[in-house]
Amino acid sequence: MADEVVLLDFWPSMFGMRVRIALAEKGIKYEYKDEDLRNKSPLLLEMNPIHKKIPVLIHNGKPVCESLIIVQYIDEVWKDRCPLLPIDPYQRAHSRFWADFVDKKVIEVLMKISTTKGEEKEAGKMEFFEIFKILEGELGDKPYFGGGTFGFVDLSLIPYYSWFYAIETIGELNIEAECPKIVAWAKKCLQKETVAKTLPDQKKVYEYVEQMRKKFGND
Amino acid sequence: MAYEVVLVDTWVSMFGMRVRIALAEKGIKYEYKEEDLCNKSKLLLKINPIYKKIPVLIHNGKPVCESLIIVQYIDEVWNDRSPLMPSDPYPRACARFWADFVDKRVYDVAKKVWTTKGEEQEAAKKEFIETLQILERQLGDHPYFGGERFGFVDLSLITFYSWFYAYETFGNFSIEAECPKIIAWAKRCLQKDSVANTLPDQKKVYEYVVQMRKRFGVE
Repeated sequence: MADEVVLLDFWPSMFGMRVRIALAEKGIKYEYKDEDLRNKSPLLLEMNPIHKKIPVLIHNGKPVCESLIIVQYIDEVWKDRCPLLPIDPYQRAHSRFWADFVDKKVIEVLMKISTTKGEEKEAGKMEFFEIFKILEGELGDKPYFGGGTFGFVDLSLIPYYSWFYAIETIGELNIEAECPKIVAWAKKCLQKETVAKTLPDQKKVYEYVEQMRKKFGND
Repeated sequence: MAYEVVLVDTWVSMFGMRVRIALAEKGIKYEYKEEDLCNKSKLLLKINPIYKKIPVLIHNGKPVCESLIIVQYIDEVWNDRSPLMPSDPYPRACARFWADFVDKRVYDVAKKVWTTKGEEQEAAKKEFIETLQILERQLGDHPYFGGERFGFVDLSLITFYSWFYAYETFGNFSIEAECPKIIAWAKRCLQKDSVANTLPDQKKVYEYVVQMRKRFGVE
């Protein structure tokens, strides 16, 4: 019986991009449904009644929610190819820790930079660089966070790269100047087809963010 | 004798308790180191430089941080006994989802119940009860969140039970009146040695919270 895989998502969502990259890495065919988040579909509300958020993976009719949980699910079900998490339990715990760090820290600081002004925005910018310098420290001299191969932590972070132009323009900052290793790492990830085909164009994301800022009166 | 497993923790932490229950379920001998969070040890700052928080599990000299990541690590290393996670990927994803729900929703709102007053406290109480009621619906008629057996979600939530008397006293409300199924489930969990021997006495936790409220200037 063929697997039926549906992804409820929203094109600029860095969380959704994680799942799209994972599905591409595993070569899984799926139906993509783009949600209008101002007008959530009955399907989304049925599949994720708790958080009412995307992404949601629906596998043979059963929903899985929360991007990092979905990615681990994909890795465990389609375990015969392209492992996304390390095999060794310690390395797995290490990967989970850093993906969780990305989840805890990055989106919050992005929101701060895009929705505040003055001193609060400046504080947000400083915090952004602190977080990315910590990530640079963790990357070290490795090609990927996963070591020699692209893995769970790389996947959890790389979608934010599609937001860099928006952050730099709105935040008036230069990420490459402060965090050259992160930008070099991102460009290396983009050499992978799965990443290059998933990440939207940075200018498109910027236009979307600007629209949102106007809507919420943040410009 | 040097233990290959060391837990850096503090007795009152519901996050630390999760790890202690997991270690007890697996019958793992370990050295327990109590941290004074007002005066963090050099060891803690060295093994968890990112968050500087407990619990931290040190296994053969290597640290693992974040309670749910530690519990999954324990389950994967000592995989020959008392499984904490379901073996099938879909129920595993569901277990991760609900443990993540507990992490995202319970701690912060419960903290507001004992650190705020007036309208803010009333709003926190309401949200806390609503959150527990969502969990009650998820529990349904099963004895445990794990189904027939105590598992990952039960472990992630039961530790908050030791704080219930403190929440009820400072919030001036009865959790049992609003969420009888949760209380019944908690008492069922407490019949397990690993839980009963780990959870501190609710009155001792209350006395600790009294001290903390003085420190935070909440009267």
